[in-house]
Amino acid sequence: MKFRHRNLHQDKLELSMTSMIDIVFLLLVFFVMTFKISAQEGDFNVKMPLKGEGPQADTTKLPLKLRLKSNGAGTLQEIVLNDNLSFGVDWDKLRGFVVQMVGDQTGPTDDEGPEVELDIDYDLHYVHVIQAITSVTGYRSGNDVVHLIDRIKFAPQR
Amino acid sequence: MRIRNRTSPPAEADLTPMIDMTFQLIAFFMVLINFSQSEQNDKVVLPTSELAKPVDAPIEFPVIVHLTRDGSVVIGGDEVSLDALRSRLGPELSLLKLQGKTAADANIIIRGHQTVPGGRVQELIKRCQELGFEKFALRVKEEV
Repeated sequence: MKFRHRNLHQDKLELSMTSMIDIVFLLLVFFVMTFKISAQEGDFNVKMPLKGEGPQADTTKLPLKLRLKSNGAGTLQEIVLNDNLSFGVDWDKLRGFVVQMVGDQTGPTDDEGPEVELDIDYDLHYVHVIQAITSVTGYRSGNDVVHLIDRIKFAPQR
Repeated sequence: MRIRNRTSPPAEADLTPMIDMTFQLIAFFMVLINFSQSEQNDKVVLPTSELAKPVDAPIEFPVIVHLTRDGSVVIGGDEVSLDALRSRLGPELSLLKLQGKTAADANIIIRGHQTVPGGRVQELIKRCQELGFEKFALRVKEEV
């Protein structure tokens, strides 16, 4: 039987890389163009059932009514707690007061803890509402978050 | 003088390191790409908070509502008025009912622009309450 003598150099398979590299570069360009570094996002939870549809009675011992006044242009003018304590526009003072009231060592553990009712002027910028929620909700201690008051609700609209 | 006729093979560049690097770059961008940006809206600049931390567990039945700078409400890319909120959220409510849930089990995620009037946010919450929604999340951006 005669074996055909094959020329090994002639049969060497050559893979064309051009098309693959084209696709790979297209993928690379797509990912580079769509890549966007964005800051992380988080949520503040607010539970607000309609009146009369759930347990609305405030059973807490520390009812906090936080009034945020606007200067008419949407900027914060004054922070007033329980109608008698004014903090000016100093969020740190408010937080200090809340820390003193709630206690930053243990936090609300025995029950759901106190609740804060936000009473805001209609035109007050939303950023100040978030500042208020941040101030009463907690603060950062290193990488940890110390929780103060987690129950937030809005007063009826002005 | 005799010149030797040399038939040297054509020079070929070694593409292996370049392809390696390119694949690594693609892998890098694929891992870091954030598809959740699809729920964002260019018209909304969120307020920042030092307490903003990404949620650990996925939120149950999230309904994302954007409040733009001029106070307009955007749901799923559609700009709707507060009066039309009921009809726009109708499909979501039907879906909840099909799954044996109620509006109280859903979470309304409010992505409000930082200078939108706070009263507008309250209005939105009130309208959602009238539809039976109870749980709201005010979305904020991490302070850097």
